[in-house]
Amino acid sequence: MTVTDVLICALGALALGSALLVVSTRHVVRAGLWLVVTLGALAGCYLVLTAELVAWVQMLIYVGAVVVLLLFAVMLTRAPIGASDGLDRSRWPAVLVGGGSAVALGALLVEAFRWSSIRPPAPGTAERIGAAVFRDWVLPFEVLSVLLLAALVGAIVLSAPRRS
Amino acid sequence: MHPVIPYLLAAGLFGVGVYGVLARRNAILLLMAVELLLNAVNLVLVTASAAFGSAGQVFALFVIVLAAAEIGIGLAIILQLYRLRQTVAVDDVDVTVDVTE
Repeated sequence: MTVTDVLICALGALALGSALLVVSTRHVVRAGLWLVVTLGALAGCYLVLTAELVAWVQMLIYVGAVVVLLLFAVMLTRAPIGASDGLDRSRWPAVLVGGGSAVALGALLVEAFRWSSIRPPAPGTAERIGAAVFRDWVLPFEVLSVLLLAALVGAIVLSAPRRS
Repeated sequence: MHPVIPYLLAAGLFGVGVYGVLARRNAILLLMAVELLLNAVNLVLVTASAAFGSAGQVFALFVIVLAAAEIGIGLAIILQLYRLRQTVAVDDVDVTVDVTE
């Protein structure tokens, strides 16, 4: 166990625990706030894995934009502020499928990687990722910008008042 | 470092996300569970990039952008649904009934 492993274990326990609270809490607003903790802990994991640009983008877009949008939606749909029943269906089928997929994926990954170890890469710089994006992945990058534009127009069309 | 630790963490997060998608009834909470699924995939990509070069990190950035587009469209649909039916509980939505008339 190196320092990297210990840090990832700690941040991972935090992320997993708050993720469990996201899917089990009976307060709609608190689910959004626990989601912030999960995403923040995962950003920490990315930092430890030397993917600093991904970590900051995660903080900016997920915590900054996505969670704020979700909380706006909670507000606009007049979700109950306090604890509310009836947020969940019957639990056991979901526990079975979710636990089953986690165990299956975990078994697959353990079988593939065992206790192999890699040398932690040198701290990444945004420069390297930028070079990779604009050298090897230019076409997906441009397609993604068109997709964002389409999503923007789609969201406006969907929420514009209907003309009779 | 041992890459199996973040991989197992990603598998666990994915399971939690699947549970959330199946068990939650409120459409907004359902979208939060979908975010957990996407983050589990991102963690796999970033961990792989620690061993195999930077392509994984580029893919993770792309997934984050896709998630942002998904949440924008998804919330527009949910708000429209609430405007039409006064509920966001996915069990109560009968898509065979036209309420726009």
